[in-house]
Amino acid sequence: MKITFNINGKSQSVDVDEHTPLLWVVRDVLNLKGTKFGCGKAACGACTLHVDGEAVRSCSYPIKFAEGKEVTTIEGLGEGDNLHPVQQAWMEEIVPQCGYCQPGFMMATAALLEKIPNPTDEDIDNNIVNICRCATYYRMRKAIHRAAEIKGTNS
Amino acid sequence: MSNNTKPKNKSRRRFFLKAGLGTMGVLALGTYVFRNPMRRKIYELSETLVPPYNGSGTEANLWFEMTKENKLIFHSPKVEMGQGTFTGFAQIVADELDLNINQIIVKAAETDTGIIDGMSTGGSLSIASMYQPIREMAATMREKIKLEAAKKLSIDASSIKTADGVLTAEGKIMTYAEALAEVTDWSLPDTPELRPFSSYKYIGKPIPRTDLKAKIVGEPIFGMDAEMPDMLHAAVIRPEHVGSSLKSADTSVAEKMPGVVKVVQMDGWIGIIAESFPQALAAKNKVKVEWDIPTVWTEQSLRDYLKIGEGDKMITQKSGAELEEGGDGVIDLEFTSPIGAHAQIEPNGAVAHYKDGKVTVKLSTQVIGITQKQVAEALNIDTENVNIIGTYLGGGFGRRLDTNHAAHAALMSKEVGKPVKYFFTRKEEFQNDMFRPPTHHIIRGKVDNNGQLEALEHHYASGDVAINAALFPPVAGTVLGTDVGAMRGGNIMYKNLPNYRAVQWHRTLPFATSFWRSLGLLANTFAIESFIDEMALKAGKNPVEYRLAMLGDDENQQRIRKVIEECASKANYNDKVSGNKAMGFAASIDAGSPCAQVVEVSIIDNEIKVEKVTCVMDCGLAVNPDQVRAQCEGSIIMGISAAVHEKMTIKDGRLFPIIYGPYDMALMRNSPKEIDVHLIQGVDVPLPVGEPPLGPIGAAIGNAIRRITGKRLTDLPMTLA
Ligand code: FES
Ligand code: FES
Repeated sequence: MKITFNINGKSQSVDVDEHTPLLWVVRDVLNLKGTKFGCGKAACGACTLHVDGEAVRSCSYPIKFAEGKEVTTIEGLGEGDNLHPVQQAWMEEIVPQCGYCQPGFMMATAALLEKIPNPTDEDIDNNIVNICRCATYYRMRKAIHRAAEIKGTNS
Repeated sequence: MSNNTKPKNKSRRRFFLKAGLGTMGVLALGTYVFRNPMRRKIYELSETLVPPYNGSGTEANLWFEMTKENKLIFHSPKVEMGQGTFTGFAQIVADELDLNINQIIVKAAETDTGIIDGMSTGGSLSIASMYQPIREMAATMREKIKLEAAKKLSIDASSIKTADGVLTAEGKIMTYAEALAEVTDWSLPDTPELRPFSSYKYIGKPIPRTDLKAKIVGEPIFGMDAEMPDMLHAAVIRPEHVGSSLKSADTSVAEKMPGVVKVVQMDGWIGIIAESFPQALAAKNKVKVEWDIPTVWTEQSLRDYLKIGEGDKMITQKSGAELEEGGDGVIDLEFTSPIGAHAQIEPNGAVAHYKDGKVTVKLSTQVIGITQKQVAEALNIDTENVNIIGTYLGGGFGRRLDTNHAAHAALMSKEVGKPVKYFFTRKEEFQNDMFRPPTHHIIRGKVDNNGQLEALEHHYASGDVAINAALFPPVAGTVLGTDVGAMRGGNIMYKNLPNYRAVQWHRTLPFATSFWRSLGLLANTFAIESFIDEMALKAGKNPVEYRLAMLGDDENQQRIRKVIEECASKANYNDKVSGNKAMGFAASIDAGSPCAQVVEVSIIDNEIKVEKVTCVMDCGLAVNPDQVRAQCEGSIIMGISAAVHEKMTIKDGRLFPIIYGPYDMALMRNSPKEIDVHLIQGVDVPLPVGEPPLGPIGAAIGNAIRRITGKRLTDLPMTLA
């Protein structure tokens, strides 16, 4: 089935089975490897990207639902060479260890900040529910607050 | 112990050079100015507490490579799995080779060209074991570069100054790359004196990780991201039941599924090879398999099999007299820990290409050298014909100390004549992990008239950790008798006790168990430090002072003492309960690095919440204090996860759960908002960092809970409901 959607601002058409998870189209057809596979069952958040601005676990999102929509991955989170405030904050706090889960967390955080520009610790606890086995949560929390600050100053 | 500026055993230490760059075809590529091949004998660091670096033996190995652009590639014998080793290596190289850190690229060495550490990447040893060798080699290279420049510029080498990859002397200037251009004689000068510590610009500084940007923008650096041209994708079927084996399989339906190229039945597993991963997965679900299940294991049968008094017994420590079980005044407390999963987020997998009797494999692994042997063996070819290319790891934690699945990918590639990539599904990760073995402990003690312990014994039973591991030769188990992995943290560290001992019981379980970050340390310390806390409570004494009274006077004992005192003071430790809150204290020493922690715990509706952790560790010289802190923070939260959340169980012969969520792990909301790390430099060489902070955390939490609730929790994970 032919499906057309925007990815990181560019129009794309793919011809795949309509049930194919968006994750595999992004990774293996469009060759954008920043979005990760962790569980394939919407349980870890490693595959989080944005569909029309909403955080979505792409391993469990059939490609057919992406038709006509705007998909953003970690590769398209910043603008050109400019890092997104979330990425800037992640750099400042030196968050990643192995780094594998981090794109998913940054995408989840970016979506959260659109809804709640100044999240409280409780907002963070309730909304950032991805899994990081290196357990970088302590720095992530600091980075999320910092990202809110950077974003607030910029806008 | 000293921060050696003089190379040790100079006469015995040698660099071996491979003749002629041309033979390596590097010049033909035109990219590189030089590749510097050298090999070292097993490195001796007898004065440190750390096992030596143990590189491969006979073939030429490459460490440094200078590009035309005047960048230095360091071919690392260790891999990067999040622990910050590449950053630390870059700092060490930069300081002795007078480079700016931005001029250094660290890459995992390939078996074809690199020097691989036979000891693997693990045991928190990467920086600790490589600090001295890398400094010496970098200094030697600096000298070599100077000599080459001196020749080209017709000046005296001793007048040359080096900085940021540039040589200057007598008004002349030359880059390292220019100095090394067209060099063919790679004989090396003697290792010069190392720089004084005070001159280092990078070592000891909290510089940002060198891989930070790549990980922020999502670069394809992991094994899961690796590809080869024209590759196919595979899924693999493996046993779901503990101890089961493949009886028969009907693959006829799967073979006709869209995109399927071939279905192969191998020894104990089935591979489904297709054009895309979703296609391989869909076809896998259509294979009908029958399994041979000789014994259906349950949680109870496992506990009956693995307990103190069963299997092989080994006394791992003894001093003074033995306590008599049930004797007068002898107190026993029993503890358990469950099966633990690694649950690293990047699944295991590999992409392999078999062609004309040679194999190339790219994967995330902690054991590049061992994987090369496994692949060679499976395909019945020589190891020289197998090149293993290690990538960045999406977490290791010991899971990737055996990556035998590389051989599966290579075998499938041979079957279809194309590169094949495959990885574990999450269910396979959980059911086919090489788990942290469950443990059983009895702590036995006796107190004197003052309530202080006069005898303390740790009896513990564990499944395999080091025994039967691919990392060690098969004889290691029987030669050593003891499982050295299960023993981590198992011995009593309080040497002022009149009587103490540790006794290990070992059994090999019906499913694979192996290294899980910190090995036995987590459960052993939980048992010992919970018991000690209980005794302090009974005696009505402050648990910190109670511990200090059991410590002796030698250097190591004093290092432990200092860490304990410092932690209690930094945290303002007290053992009073305030409402639903209390502090808990515990300490341990692992691989030479003592660590103490104070946790502040609150309990609301039976939920155990760790609000704050104060952690003091003496890990010697911190090459990168920021990354040491990061390791402490991560270890602490991973420890909280293991201590109050995680548990695998056996039900009807199968391991459960098979997915995150049901396999309950600490998330953001379970992580302390405050983690206060203080580092002590008790010795001036780097010591292990990545595992020691996992020791105290479980017991510290249990000790706080005991104060709030009056209940002594003795089983991990701790629950109140
Ligand atoms: S891979 Fe999608 S949530 Fe885990
Ligand atoms: S940084 Fe390793 S899993 Fe999150």
